[in-house]
Amino acid sequence: MSTSDSDPRLYENALEQTEDHAPGDEPPEEGSHWVRNANLGLGFSIVLTVAAFLLAGSDVIYEPAIPVALIVLAIAQMGVHLVFFLHITTGPDNTNNVLALAFGLLVVFVVVIGSVWIMSHLNQNMMPMDQLMKMQP
Amino acid sequence: MFGKLDWSAIPFSQPLPLITSFVLILIVIGLLILVTVKKWWPYLWHEWITSVDHKRIGVMYCLLGILMLIRGFADAIMMRTQQAVAIESAGYLTPEHYNQIFTAHGTIMILFGAMPLVLGFMNYLVPLQLGVRDVAFPTFNSVGFWLTASGALLVNVSLFIGEFARTGWLPYPPLSETTYTPGVGVDYYLWAVQISGIGTLITGINIVTTILKMRCRGMSYLRMPVFCWTALASCLLIVATFPILTAALAMLTLDRYADWNYFTNTAGGNPMMFVNLVWAWGHPEVYILVLPAFGIFSEIFSTFSGKPLFGYRSMVAATLFICIVSMLVWLHHFFTMGAGPAVNTFFGISSSIIAVGTGVKIYNWIFTMYGGRVRFEVPMLWSLGFIFTFIIGGLTGVLLAVPPADFLTHNSMFLVAHFHNVIVGGVVFALFAGLEYWFPKVFGFGLHPTWGKAAFWCAFVGFWVTFAPLYVLGLLGMTRRLQHINIPEWGPWLYVSLAGVGILILGVISQLTQLVVSIRDRDKLRDVTGDPWDGRSLEWATPSPPPFFNFAVMPNVEGEEAYWGIKLRAVETQQLAPEPKYEAIEMPLHSSVGFFTAFFTSVFGFAMVWHIWWMAILALVLAFAGFVVFAWRDKHEFEVPAEEVARVDRARRMAREAFLARLGEQGAVP
Ligand code: HEM
Ligand SMILES: [Cu+2]
Repeated sequence: MSTSDSDPRLYENALEQTEDHAPGDEPPEEGSHWVRNANLGLGFSIVLTVAAFLLAGSDVIYEPAIPVALIVLAIAQMGVHLVFFLHITTGPDNTNNVLALAFGLLVVFVVVIGSVWIMSHLNQNMMPMDQLMKMQP
Repeated sequence: MFGKLDWSAIPFSQPLPLITSFVLILIVIGLLILVTVKKWWPYLWHEWITSVDHKRIGVMYCLLGILMLIRGFADAIMMRTQQAVAIESAGYLTPEHYNQIFTAHGTIMILFGAMPLVLGFMNYLVPLQLGVRDVAFPTFNSVGFWLTASGALLVNVSLFIGEFARTGWLPYPPLSETTYTPGVGVDYYLWAVQISGIGTLITGINIVTTILKMRCRGMSYLRMPVFCWTALASCLLIVATFPILTAALAMLTLDRYADWNYFTNTAGGNPMMFVNLVWAWGHPEVYILVLPAFGIFSEIFSTFSGKPLFGYRSMVAATLFICIVSMLVWLHHFFTMGAGPAVNTFFGISSSIIAVGTGVKIYNWIFTMYGGRVRFEVPMLWSLGFIFTFIIGGLTGVLLAVPPADFLTHNSMFLVAHFHNVIVGGVVFALFAGLEYWFPKVFGFGLHPTWGKAAFWCAFVGFWVTFAPLYVLGLLGMTRRLQHINIPEWGPWLYVSLAGVGILILGVISQLTQLVVSIRDRDKLRDVTGDPWDGRSLEWATPSPPPFFNFAVMPNVEGEEAYWGIKLRAVETQQLAPEPKYEAIEMPLHSSVGFFTAFFTSVFGFAMVWHIWWMAILALVLAFAGFVVFAWRDKHEFEVPAEEVARVDRARRMAREAFLARLGEQGAVP
């Protein structure tokens, strides 16, 4: 029987083996590894940020494709943050974090896509009269 | 110096709010004097205001909720009276005043009455039912509570300084924009709801973390009581959707304070976007309220039927199903805004599907009673009343979810009857059932059953007499929020409804009498064993009231219905488990940061409402400073010595042993 208090860290042995760890609550990691990891992430995110700014003002790629390229870079940026800073991994001790991420993504998608869909129909049907007249052939 | 604030803000010309304000101010001053004279300040400060104990915070949440329910009920009495007397006449409330009352009623009942009560129940019960000593972030918890209280304070301040919104409880633009509502009413609404919303979010995060990370040994997910599951689902919805509300209100605030054009009709703004966003929060919000209510009923049905809950796993599945699907239905609140058949069909179907999850639960409760030894104690009466009432409310909801039908009933009294049917019959009945059920646990003595029964019957009959006529009125074509009525044929129904309010008043009086009588007779009603209802979950393993550290040693759960198993073994072997080895416990220190922060946040909200910029900045800096000081403290726990733990637990064991002996004499076998 443990003498735990409200600090979740002390609950470790009170939970089942398959239970996971909160961010910042991981089993002690070697300092050097941690620093290398963070620096790697910092490097990646700087490269991605600088690349976005350079691309926006350059003609290296076909101009209409620039927004798409920026979106790709932004998604890569999110991935870097998730892996290197938020320590989302596929390991068994990470189920809660992955589930939380999935839940968050689900909510954002439902609200964003739902709103876009609803608003496009609303704007279509509820257009002010003068604009509606202009659309008639 | 004082922005828009001057003497004209005090409603000298309107006797009603002025008199109410005076009476309220007198009561508050009287209470302050009483506390000072009786020298209760140190006790209040150390034991309650700065407490980070989840049980104390839970009780304070419930107290706030009950006070606000009473305030909201006063608004309701005024509205029903107005509609009954204003038939082909002006009534006694001006349109400006009437509109403020229905706005305040909705805002207060949902956000400052029902929400604090629901959060209070979760705070009190979740750690006890999971067998742990506190929530994940105890001090954060206190911050959350005090921010909610700060929002409630702002709403009530608007009664005597300035005015409240007249826009309805969801302030739709363009009406809520400065062009059409230049006064401070909407600003009070915005800051009050924003501040309390942050508090709610904090509590939501706290409970989710507690459930995911802090269960006692052996308490796997599928051994958690259903109340914990519903609390988890409800708090997941809080975490997912309160930010939408915060964002929508922030945009409206920018429109009003900085002349932006998110929701105006000009300059590319779009008021329909506000309606869309606010309901993307608003529908999940009603499930945030009702899911924990389902949890409360689940506990009560199984305890008072003396049986495990029927279909535990289907209950869990239905809870999670409702949690997800409730985020996919929000458009049913604005079918008539014109999204067209494709969109309306999708949301009509998704709304009706929710009823499937709810139906599963209803059947599970009924089957729990089937074949059980049902005891018709007061909590069980509320629960039975709930089943009957909620089925009808759910059915009218499904009717409203059919778009063509909704075009006829939208914003009519039929809608008003529907949502009161589910909120009163579902949430409020659950809260009263729960108060009755857990009161002995919280305070160590039970509530007087006769007065409890009177309260139930008055509320049940009163509810139906008040709201059944509104269904009829809705079908006759009466719209909601009418300040006066030009059709005399509606009169009789409105009179019946007013009579129903009279019965509800008797119910409230019975509740208050019950409390007073129970406090007077507390020695007779004392709960000595800590398990007055023959309960099944871990909170009943503690003495009543539980010690601040909840459990002397952490429980070890070996099956579903954690406490039932322990109890059965004790009864069979005629003895308790052997005395454990007691060790010292570390508990979090009390902290004033919650009260401090919320105090300055209230000042900030007030200053923003009246455009007193210097005061707003100062208050914000001070509120933040509270956090900084807190972060720098280096002692945050204290130790409860092993002897103290042993003393408390031995007292509990003595009571249980005496109880076992009594059972043995009666020859009771499980
Ligand atoms: C069986 C499931 C339910 C269905 C299908 C349903 C359906 C609906 C629909 C379609 C409306 C909009 C009607 C209109 O504006 O014309 C509505 C309004 C409302 N419902 Fe429900 N409902 C259900 C359960 C609930 C529950 C459980 C609650 C609360 C605990 C609730 C609270 C409300 C509220 C507060 C409103 C009106 C808000 C306002 O306009 O101010 N409903 N419901
Ligand atoms: Cu809804």
